[in-house]
Amino acid sequence: MTRALTIHSATPGVTVQDTGRPGYLAQGLSRGGAADLLALAEGAALLGQPDTCAALELAGGALALTASQDMRIALTGAEMRATLDGAPLVWGANHALPKGARLDISPLRGGFGYLHIGGGLHPPESLGAASAHLAAGIGRAVQAGDTIPVGLDRGHRTGLCLPSATLDTTLRLVPSLQTALFGPDALARLETTRFTKDARGNRMGQRLVPDGAGFATAEGLRILSEIIVPGDVQITGDGMPYVLLSECQTTGGYPRIGTVLPCDLPKLLRAGPGTVFGLRFVTLEEGAALERAEATRRAGLGRALTPLLRDPRDMPDLLSYQLVSGVTAGHDLEEC
Amino acid sequence: MTEAPQTDSATGPGFPAIRTVGVDGFLVSFADALDERANRAALAFRAALERESWTGVAECATSLVSAFLRFDLAACDHAGLRARLETLLASRDWYDAPLPGGRRLWRVPVVFGSEHGPQLAEAAELAGQSTDTAIATLCANPVRVQTIGFAPGQPYLGQLPENWDIPRQTGLTPLVPQGALVVAIRQLIVFSVGTPTGWRHIGQTGLRLFRPDAPDPFLLRPGDEVMFHPADDLDRLRTAPDGGAVAEALT
Repeated sequence: MTRALTIHSATPGVTVQDTGRPGYLAQGLSRGGAADLLALAEGAALLGQPDTCAALELAGGALALTASQDMRIALTGAEMRATLDGAPLVWGANHALPKGARLDISPLRGGFGYLHIGGGLHPPESLGAASAHLAAGIGRAVQAGDTIPVGLDRGHRTGLCLPSATLDTTLRLVPSLQTALFGPDALARLETTRFTKDARGNRMGQRLVPDGAGFATAEGLRILSEIIVPGDVQITGDGMPYVLLSECQTTGGYPRIGTVLPCDLPKLLRAGPGTVFGLRFVTLEEGAALERAEATRRAGLGRALTPLLRDPRDMPDLLSYQLVSGVTAGHDLEEC
Repeated sequence: MTEAPQTDSATGPGFPAIRTVGVDGFLVSFADALDERANRAALAFRAALERESWTGVAECATSLVSAFLRFDLAACDHAGLRARLETLLASRDWYDAPLPGGRRLWRVPVVFGSEHGPQLAEAAELAGQSTDTAIATLCANPVRVQTIGFAPGQPYLGQLPENWDIPRQTGLTPLVPQGALVVAIRQLIVFSVGTPTGWRHIGQTGLRLFRPDAPDPFLLRPGDEVMFHPADDLDRLRTAPDGGAVAEALT
């Protein structure tokens, strides 16, 4: 029997995402893939599977679905409201999704949330990946009535959660090709300005609204189009900064004032509109060291999982739980 | 932008230049302005990077006058990779590299002006020409695909005469459709997807530059040349194979 999800409703902005399509930059196609790559790694750790497994990305959207078989799910990225046949599910954790049970997910504060399935999603691939790249016209958003094939799940553990993270609203930048164009005064002002995450944002980029003047440069309108990477903070002609994301253009002519470290992008992606951020420059050496440290932390996520603590008062079927057999020494959490 | 003589910008002080992009990328630039020899140098240097296939290099690409590489921070460090780039740069004169092989000349029909190119008059005025003269100028000579970028299969075409060194507009046009012909800074672009842009929209082609499900998804390649000619029936162009464009081999 085929394992599949049936989508009952989906708002615009729900897409299948994996790690994207590296290798087409020279043809103008950006890598795309999940906006929040940390969320992919977290989902993979929770389900004990590779982070190349495709998941559903909810860009502030809502979703309702059922599964054709018993499955496992994990919920990562921006916290959202999730219920299983009406009973609330903890975000940042993995759970059982029994055959036929209805899973509902809806936004809480905004941001990008992720639903991962044990075995990963296996929709038809295009150019070597499952992810939709809406800006390039590859694939499309998930719609009501869709059936999405799911791979075999060799794991069995549920009831695990990620370590809790503190809210950090500083985005660290390394200098970009065009940083010097802005001049020392504007760069100093960038670090003292407060930026509010705008409601305008998508998989291509997120607009930030400064609490003072913008950052326009006169020569910015005439510079040559040059390579763009995700994280680049592009300043459009009106001085407004946009943080470019996974589905961004591959080259562009608006100057970039700096590049947000990839390890800081999840902070921005998980926050709701209205969240206030600060920008701070770090040197290239500091940036590289921070990225390497984050890669090490990400690789060890599977060992950082903890059993989900549930309030017994929220467990109407308490007697049905095998409480003792759920105890573990911890080392077997990676083997699920 | 100060328009330096072409030979000076390529061979002047400071180029080729190696700079970093983000936290895991390098850009090797051969000029700071659009330049024929620098464009060829960038294409040839990228091809050399592909041949070298250094461990830890994840991806290479070109922009107009630069070659880009992205690397894995777990496998490489900046100092080591910069040294290898310097050695490769010093191994030959990249500015006299030939254009890529297998180039083609594409003859592409365009519907200029009206609702299909609402900023034609504005762009022509910035270039100091009447709209008729502007169309004649843009169709007089072939323009070369200097790089593919921004969106899949999307060509940056140049170089136009100096009077077409017009800036981008300060605001963004919210949506310009697929196949649109737009202009700024002595270049033309045909859009491969509908997109917001700061470039001025002067005409419309029937080209589909990116076909994700085709065996060869990208229509144009760097080095190809494009000769535009005026047309008046956009519906016919959109249903014609390759948008009414025809290609011949360049020798």
